[in-house]
Amino acid sequence: MITVESLTRRYGGFTAVDDVSFTARPGRVTGFLGPNGAGKSTTMRVMVGLTAPTSGSATIDGVRFADLPNPGLEVGVLLDASAQHAGRTGREILTIAADTMGLPRTRVDEMIELVSLTPAESRRRVRNYSLGMRQRLGIATALLGDPRVLILDEPANGLDPAGIRWMRDLLTDFASRGGTVLLSSHLLHEIEVIADDLVVIGNGAIVASGTKEELLAAAGTLARSTSPRDLAHALEQAGIPSTLAGDGSVRTDADPARVGSVALAAGIALTELRSAEGAGLEDMFLSLTADTQREGAAA
Amino acid sequence: MTATITTVAAASARRTARPIPLARLVRVELRKMFDTRSGFWMLVSIGVFSVLATGAVIVFAPDSAVTYENFAAAIGLPMSVILPMIAILAVTSEWSQRSGLTTFTLAPSRGRVIGAKAIATFLVGIGSMAVAFAVGAVGNLAGSALAGVDTVWDMSLSTAPQILLGNLVGMAIGFTLGVVMRASAAAIVGYFVVSLVLPGILELLALVREWFLDLQPWIDWNYTQVKLFEGTTDTGEEWAMLGSTTAIWIVVPLAIGLLSLRRSEVK
Repeated sequence: MITVESLTRRYGGFTAVDDVSFTARPGRVTGFLGPNGAGKSTTMRVMVGLTAPTSGSATIDGVRFADLPNPGLEVGVLLDASAQHAGRTGREILTIAADTMGLPRTRVDEMIELVSLTPAESRRRVRNYSLGMRQRLGIATALLGDPRVLILDEPANGLDPAGIRWMRDLLTDFASRGGTVLLSSHLLHEIEVIADDLVVIGNGAIVASGTKEELLAAAGTLARSTSPRDLAHALEQAGIPSTLAGDGSVRTDADPARVGSVALAAGIALTELRSAEGAGLEDMFLSLTADTQREGAAA
Repeated sequence: MTATITTVAAASARRTARPIPLARLVRVELRKMFDTRSGFWMLVSIGVFSVLATGAVIVFAPDSAVTYENFAAAIGLPMSVILPMIAILAVTSEWSQRSGLTTFTLAPSRGRVIGAKAIATFLVGIGSMAVAFAVGAVGNLAGSALAGVDTVWDMSLSTAPQILLGNLVGMAIGFTLGVVMRASAAAIVGYFVVSLVLPGILELLALVREWFLDLQPWIDWNYTQVKLFEGTTDTGEEWAMLGSTTAIWIVVPLAIGLLSLRRSEVK
């Protein structure tokens, strides 16, 4: 379990991380979302002791990362796949990590196979790796010590579709075995598919956190009907404010059961009725972080 | 692509895991110094330059100069340049190549990692000098045989350790610059400034300001290093001078650099 408590990090007058608290629980994948520069990476660097917090703390099962005797065996970390000596081969980077953790060299071959790097690729220098190959190497390094916690910053970056699917299966499997996964991404679809819990950060502060279901339920209901105007009217009559979108869908904050019964009473046939999850995460993300978006209030 | 990973179950046992022993860190750091192309060639160049310098003495030196001391001096020159570079890169590549992100995540105690690097650096220094002395000895034997003169072993047993120490001082200067600057290019430029530009300035200062003449040996680390290379650091005062320049150029800046390194952010 990862516990972050009142974490603050200032740079001069600029507050990069502002009183952030959340937990990433075992057996679950926690998605860490936020626009560029929101403080995701800084928070993750503090977690693994690369950056000192101004105040507050981050612990792994109650222990500060820096106090772990051999952290590689407990926490797998991938912060930046490109942060490797370009002159080393992939295999050499894994060998160094395995030696540091005191693992047998056979583990290196296992990991190379696990992340689907070919033996020939593993002997090439990282300088010649594509971003996707560097990500795979980074994942291999993170998994090397067979940890029970994973902290991954944008791990899907640069992976091809098959690689993204593979990564998703890998992390889901890891969590289902009782592991804790914290991953950041701004690939919203990716997070939506894989995450059980969400933490949304904007301008250094948490703007929302909870299970994916809770957060997306707050996104309300989406309904379609052959006569959307009548549906909107009926809802208004029932005292439920709604908006009629350009694509003919009706959105409202009321729950689906309520919308359904209103439609039934008004004799309107619904063609679709569900919680507004489909577009949900993106809408939620944009509205929650609207004040902090570079592009202004995009939602 | 299969997503099978070994079990996460045996987790709680790890809390009792032993901390990473220093000897293991030293071994890893030694490996990291030579597992890149630049590191590899750096190591090769030590051997190559030793042999080249030896060959040059055999070919160009007059018969009377075919002595062990001359071989040692010829080999010593490239050594005194390459070894500090090795020391610099051992530290700075973690920042310039950003591999520190992994290094300091796997071993969060930065003081221990830097300590391991220091030990590894000095082991390389000692090993390289052993090679240099050996190549010089072979050259001396071969050179004197080729020239048809008696083999002259004109280096006393007290001189060799001083030459070794002189090279270790050079490496320590490089290491210190690496810790303080944490950037390869800046530290290498810095090394040439303090080893080539600075002595000239201090020399000049000693020429025009008489009061500095007496002070120079206490401040100019090149001065005390040259004394070591010549094997002429003999009196207590000369050792005190070496201590003084070491304190000024290595101990104090290294301490300050280490403090800032331990607090700094690794990005």
